[in-house]
Amino acid sequence: MATLDSKIPEGPVEKKWTNYKSHVHLINPANKRNLEVIVIGSGLAGASAAASLAELGYKVKVFCFQDSPRRAHSIAAQGGINAAKNYQNDGDSDYRLFYDTVKGGDYRSREANVYRLAEVSANIIDQCVAQGVPFAREYGGMLSNRSFGGVLVQRTFYAAGQTGQQLLLGAYSALERQVGMGAVQMYSRHEMLELVMIDGKCRGIIARDLVSGKLERHFGHAVLLCSGGYGNVFFLSTNAMGSNVTAAWKAHKQGAYFANPCYTQIHPTCIPVSGHHQSKLTLMSESLRNDGRIWVPKKKEDVEALRKKQKKASQIPEEDRDYYLERRYPAFGNLVPRDVASRAAKERCDAGFGVNATGEAVFLDFTTNTRRYGNIEATKHGHHNLPDAEIMELGRGVIKEKYGNLFDMYKQITGVDPYQEPMQIYPAVHYTMGGLWVDYNLMTTVPGLYALGEANFSDHGANRLGASALMQGLADGYFVIPYTIGDYLSTEIRTKAISTDHEAFAQAEKSVQEKIDKLFAVKGTQPVDYFHRELGKIMWEKCGMARNAKGLQEAISEIQKLREAFWKDVRVTGEKDEFNPELEKAGRVADFLELGELVCKDALDRNESCGGHFREEYQTEEGEALRDDEKYNYVAAWEYKGADWELHKEELKFENIKIAQRSYK
Amino acid sequence: MMALTGLFLITFLIVHAGINAMIFFNDGGETFAHWAHFMGTNLIIRTMELVLVAGFVVHIVDALLITKHNKAARPVQYAYSNPNANSTWYSRSMGLLGTIILLFLIIHAAHFWIPNRYNQFTTGEELNLFTRMQDTFSHWYVVVIYVAGCFSLFWHLMQGFKTAFQTLGINHPKYNPLIKNVGIAFSVIISVLFASMPISMFFNLVH
Amino acid sequence: MSENNMKITLKVWRQRNNKAKGALETYKVDEVSSDMSFLEMFDVLNDKLIREGKDPIAFDHDCREGICGMCSMYINGQPHGPLQGVTTCQLHMRSFKDGDTIVVEPWRAKAFPVIKDLVVDRSAFDRIIAAGGFISVNTGNAQDANALPISKELADRAFAAAACIGCGACVAACKNSSAMLFVSAKVTQLSLLPQGEPERQSRVLDMAAQMDAEGFGSCTNTGACEAECPKGISVSNIAHMNREFFAAELNKK
Repeated sequence: MATLDSKIPEGPVEKKWTNYKSHVHLINPANKRNLEVIVIGSGLAGASAAASLAELGYKVKVFCFQDSPRRAHSIAAQGGINAAKNYQNDGDSDYRLFYDTVKGGDYRSREANVYRLAEVSANIIDQCVAQGVPFAREYGGMLSNRSFGGVLVQRTFYAAGQTGQQLLLGAYSALERQVGMGAVQMYSRHEMLELVMIDGKCRGIIARDLVSGKLERHFGHAVLLCSGGYGNVFFLSTNAMGSNVTAAWKAHKQGAYFANPCYTQIHPTCIPVSGHHQSKLTLMSESLRNDGRIWVPKKKEDVEALRKKQKKASQIPEEDRDYYLERRYPAFGNLVPRDVASRAAKERCDAGFGVNATGEAVFLDFTTNTRRYGNIEATKHGHHNLPDAEIMELGRGVIKEKYGNLFDMYKQITGVDPYQEPMQIYPAVHYTMGGLWVDYNLMTTVPGLYALGEANFSDHGANRLGASALMQGLADGYFVIPYTIGDYLSTEIRTKAISTDHEAFAQAEKSVQEKIDKLFAVKGTQPVDYFHRELGKIMWEKCGMARNAKGLQEAISEIQKLREAFWKDVRVTGEKDEFNPELEKAGRVADFLELGELVCKDALDRNESCGGHFREEYQTEEGEALRDDEKYNYVAAWEYKGADWELHKEELKFENIKIAQRSYK
Repeated sequence: MMALTGLFLITFLIVHAGINAMIFFNDGGETFAHWAHFMGTNLIIRTMELVLVAGFVVHIVDALLITKHNKAARPVQYAYSNPNANSTWYSRSMGLLGTIILLFLIIHAAHFWIPNRYNQFTTGEELNLFTRMQDTFSHWYVVVIYVAGCFSLFWHLMQGFKTAFQTLGINHPKYNPLIKNVGIAFSVIISVLFASMPISMFFNLVH
Repeated sequence: MSENNMKITLKVWRQRNNKAKGALETYKVDEVSSDMSFLEMFDVLNDKLIREGKDPIAFDHDCREGICGMCSMYINGQPHGPLQGVTTCQLHMRSFKDGDTIVVEPWRAKAFPVIKDLVVDRSAFDRIIAAGGFISVNTGNAQDANALPISKELADRAFAAAACIGCGACVAACKNSSAMLFVSAKVTQLSLLPQGEPERQSRVLDMAAQMDAEGFGSCTNTGACEAECPKGISVSNIAHMNREFFAAELNKK
């Protein structure tokens, strides 16, 4: 069994990164020009890494399956990005951000990585502002901050409800600048379908041109997977329709260990499912929890009336409402971390208090804070004794200023005006903390293959805090990989570009071709989406917000059966040498059908509850997650072995934070 | 260029309409003749006349070039389109309206400007434009053509006046309503004024 | 109130590839729920087509929450359909009636060639950004973010321009297939901010030159772009860009 070397530098945690940077190998500019780097994915991690590496002089190729790098799903992140700037003078520091992240992750992340993340977080804001990212500002011209779940300081920078979009467009513009200068070659509408290995090192990829259907060979001294998370294994998630695990999964099958796949994050504030046609779920930013109060009725008869639409939420008096988060967690109230808020909603709905026809929805109510803002506005403008209706109108103006686009989106999707009636929300799969195992350099267990952003497992432990995904993606791309890649590439300066006529490329291309032919050869009866939906149902029911051993065992065998059915009965229409979205989907779902099993296996193997992984067998008397630090204080890294997987463990050492049960009470 | 020449042509319209309005003094065209004589003989005005012709030519040629360029930008047309949902018909029909105005302009020039200048060149004498107007506008079909020309001019100005400012980069929330309202008022006044001339002459309201 | 049994007739542009000739084909979709998004209705239709052994309709889509800008579709004569201020993925069937016939075509512009069915190639937009839609600041060069105060008003205006999702509805709606709204939004965003000042003049000239080279038409101020923009980008950006352009032209050596 190979041991996992996380390559954490020596020294105290706050000095590690500085020391590392002082000693890491450098490459002279002339040599950089001969080193080729392939980047898969053009989201925050991919675009920022590609731009930064090209600026350094490396030859970079970027691949994305969308029609433009600007479409990557980072764009959909709404709420904000964390940074330990302490602009609000409220006691923030690198250590606090580090501490909050480790605690929020339920003590299942690697200290050194998280500290580095906190350290570079401030630089990200500087870099983005310099690029022209229009963050929200105060009247004095300074940057504005808001607070987010799981923390007690205001460190989240934002651009209305479109922070991800603005950050991505910043990274995209930096990327396009390099494209314009010829330093980056951009391959849009291309999908990576295989990793090419030569002498135990990653040396390139096979990609399919999605327009012509042709398979292409590309050489690289190193390959960076920035291909995002695997939330779509649940079919319904807040991910984009095209988000997939294929690139990471191909890498996994070539020897990259997959770490902590069972750490999946369920986001508490999503728009509930409306019917069987549902193709995806839409997130309502967590920032809404700053001003929204979550409740369900106390009385069952009110629940019944709501479900039958005989009553409106606004008609239920204050004393008959159960603000269950405020009741259970007085210290953090509605701002508890995502996993806690999600499970609490499930608990109420399971108990029969769900407020819509499906019984799977709770209210997110802005009335209290609308009134509060209205009063502030009235006072500001010197109005006294205004009638309540006018105060509410003033308050709605403030709410609109803060969340206008989210309220519009909610109305658009549901047809209900959230300024008048509270929103209905329910948890949905949103983010995956698990991913390819990487060391401190962000290199996977395959030499020359790196994983950045959501595609790796690294920084969030068992649960990610709000506004930290954008931070991690950009930290990895702008400020970590430009240094750490040198550690490997400095040993590669003598490696000349390998011809793509090399046998390994031919072999890899052949195997991809065979897989595509195999998909067409099934000629079954069911569309790809059918299998994806079925997989999603199994995953959501048995490996979703709450899991147990029996369910997981069932899930594993059901997924195996479904996989068999897929290869017997899937129908892929069209041809291979043309633009064929069905073929793309089929390949991705085939990979999800394998990954799903590993997620369940990992969940079954981890006999504890932590963060996004909640095992019903392991909970406190109050129903909180119960970790087992004796036995499970490790990263589970799975090695692909064909028919099965082998588990490798990276022990986690907490030298700077006292490990404790998370409490948000 | 379209905007610059457009605004220049608008200034011409002001002068032209102003002087022609002198017929409404009902003094048998005396005041009008005075100013027409001034316009026909003043050296600066005569020089500006050449600039005006150039202005028309540039406006028209540029319009043709842009239209050609814009047609090429969409080689395959939509099978079904509902442009009224997002824009006004006259904003999309500047070319058509402009063409109608051009046709009208040729007829109009043939009625007054060309014979007058021709006469000036050959005899050194100006024609009596007032009586010529009375003659010309005694035919109902001429009046109809002129009114149609003014109608096109109205819609052309409705779009052209305000968007000339937009094209030149003048767009400010404070001044936009002003530009818009002046544009509407200008379009109405100029067109109604022009149209009222042949109509009133036809009905012998001016003499 | 939601309804589950709408019957919709679709006339959809089918075109095998860029070289092939296309035509409208008629499809019927039953049991359409008013809560479905327009794209989910297409999912239902494609599911049916696949089960019948026919080629499903290719259309671009990704995030399905109105922000990635990938979905397109010219629906009943309007980009992103009859509802203003939304993308096709956020257009729901409650905007239509039982028995409606809906015509769906791809964006049409020389600069947006059709790839298949309703899918077009919008990489011209990327090339315009690559020509100048950026601020040249290498990673690591930045000063402290609060060292440069920017008034809230200016930041808000820059943000309003930066909200563009690059979907191309402006081009699709414009009778001239002009990309002025898209280009001007980026020019405006970067020219308003002090960070964008050093490259202000070269940026507008380079982006405009690339825009022309791509084969987009010229702006004739019909305002259709603004009316159809799902993010409400204002034509005042076009005036702003014109201003920037003239200033840069006059200053050019």
